Amino acid sequence: MIEAIAAIDINAFLSSSLGENAWIPGAVLFATWETIYMVFISTTVSYIVGLPLAIILVTTEEGHVLENQRVNEVLGAIVNAFRSIPFIILLILLIPFTRLIVGTSIGTVASIVPLSIAAIPFVARLVETSIKEIDWGLIEAALSMGANAWQIIRKVLIPEAVPSIVLGVAITAINLVGYSAMAGILGGGGLGTLAYYHGYMRYQTGVMWITVIVLLILVQLIQMLGTRWSNQVVSKRR
Amino acid sequence: MIQINNLSKIYSGGEQEVMALKDVNLTVNQGEIFGIIGLSGAGKSTLIRCINMLEEPTTGNILINGQDVTLMNNQELRQLRQKIGMIFQHFNLLSSRTVFDNVIFPLEIAGIPEKKARQKVVELLELVGLSDKARVYPEQLSGGQKQRVGIARALANEPFLLLSDEATSALDPQTTRSILKLLKDINRQLGLTILLITHDMNVIKDACDRVAVIDNSRIVEVGDVLSIFSNPGTPTSRSFINTIINKEIPEEILHRSVADNGSTASRLIRVSFIGTSAGEPLMSTMLQKYNVKANILYGNIDRVKDTPFGNLTLELIGTLDLINEAMDFLRESGLEIEVLEND
Repeated sequence: MIEAIAAIDINAFLSSSLGENAWIPGAVLFATWETIYMVFISTTVSYIVGLPLAIILVTTEEGHVLENQRVNEVLGAIVNAFRSIPFIILLILLIPFTRLIVGTSIGTVASIVPLSIAAIPFVARLVETSIKEIDWGLIEAALSMGANAWQIIRKVLIPEAVPSIVLGVAITAINLVGYSAMAGILGGGGLGTLAYYHGYMRYQTGVMWITVIVLLILVQLIQMLGTRWSNQVVSKRR
Repeated sequence: MIQINNLSKIYSGGEQEVMALKDVNLTVNQGEIFGIIGLSGAGKSTLIRCINMLEEPTTGNILINGQDVTLMNNQELRQLRQKIGMIFQHFNLLSSRTVFDNVIFPLEIAGIPEKKARQKVVELLELVGLSDKARVYPEQLSGGQKQRVGIARALANEPFLLLSDEATSALDPQTTRSILKLLKDINRQLGLTILLITHDMNVIKDACDRVAVIDNSRIVEVGDVLSIFSNPGTPTSRSFINTIINKEIPEEILHRSVADNGSTASRLIRVSFIGTSAGEPLMSTMLQKYNVKANILYGNIDRVKDTPFGNLTLELIGTLDLINEAMDFLRESGLEIEVLEND
């Protein structure tokens, strides 16, 4: 599927579908799909990498089950460094890297690289906070039963943090919707590209407003799903 | 079974050092319920955590069944911890697991085959009276039920020792009694040694065989619960005992002393008696034998573990000589006498 979408030349598509006689609803639908696709994949990737990082950040802290000050400090510094780079700059900085991996720096697949890299440190800190909310008593209880670090991570830290982690997924996805629009301005595809090239450059104000409304609905929808998912997990436990 | 030698614990957080335990020496015998009582901050929590090495002592050693736990490596320590159950003030149950899955948790950790583990959990839930709650999540349970789950969980790996960290402190008095009864039953049925810490003298009175009083990081008194109740050796012990017996004497009574003038004097005394002597009519014998009057201000009979323990606060009125003779008589009869006011 990734190849199929990458194969579509975004500019060719836009000029053909959004020319003088462009069929606007079709273009909006397609751009929406692209945004959802980018956000979904980069959220997934950022959790695949960010979740383990969060666990390392928490457990290597002083007094925790894998205490290791050096690892904790180095990892913390790297995470902070990435978080301190504004996304729009990261996007440009990562162009050569993206080309290396994807072969191009424009289009939705290419956008997934900077989106994921920007989200990973964010997710690491977000999940770190979720895990730190767990009462130390639970970890102490597991330790008192003779649990090792891996058992504590797998059987205590992750399951106990799930309701909070799930809410974090919604926050991350919503952030990525915003970031994907920025990537869109640099030819990343999705609603950002649509709004910039047509709403702004071609003065198609209508397109601009439609994009805004679609984004609004998208964000509402993601938050609603996230809250519902989290509540579902929590209410099962009540 | 547990022998603690010269144990000290110093927390060196930042600039200043905090002494949490100083030179603790303690022996806990096989099969007993041993209580450690102290105010918050006295060091009892640190002490109980040193026993399973959740806290690492600064100096000293702890022998459990002859093995020094302070010298164990991580692997040995995990093996040991599987055989030492622990229950907590705030229960520390996993909210992500049902009651059944909470109790099976330590068995998973120990790598017990699932079939055997499930069977064990069924037995344990039966033991603590929660068989009908197996599929329920902890959130739906009352405090007492949560602690029963905690106890079942602590017993899962058939421990030889149970550590109880303020296990009843978050519970109401009635629930506390039922949990203590469960602990006593387990102690009796399984021969399980129990070490508990508490700040509540009722817990010591109801459940313990022996007690250590900890104050300001040191053990100030160790002994049989009955003897500490009848004859507390330190002000700390006395103040703990006063929390549950003979509430403060009202000021008016303390100061309403009859003027000493050779012919009449008054003394406020507290008489305590244990076990068998509680049955003898010593008071009326004393009143008949010596020409003193007694004004009974307060009295109660309680049980310390399973022995009756009574105490009586009296104002004795008569001549000073007679009062002293009467008090000597009571002492000779084996009662503990304490003069509360002596001006």
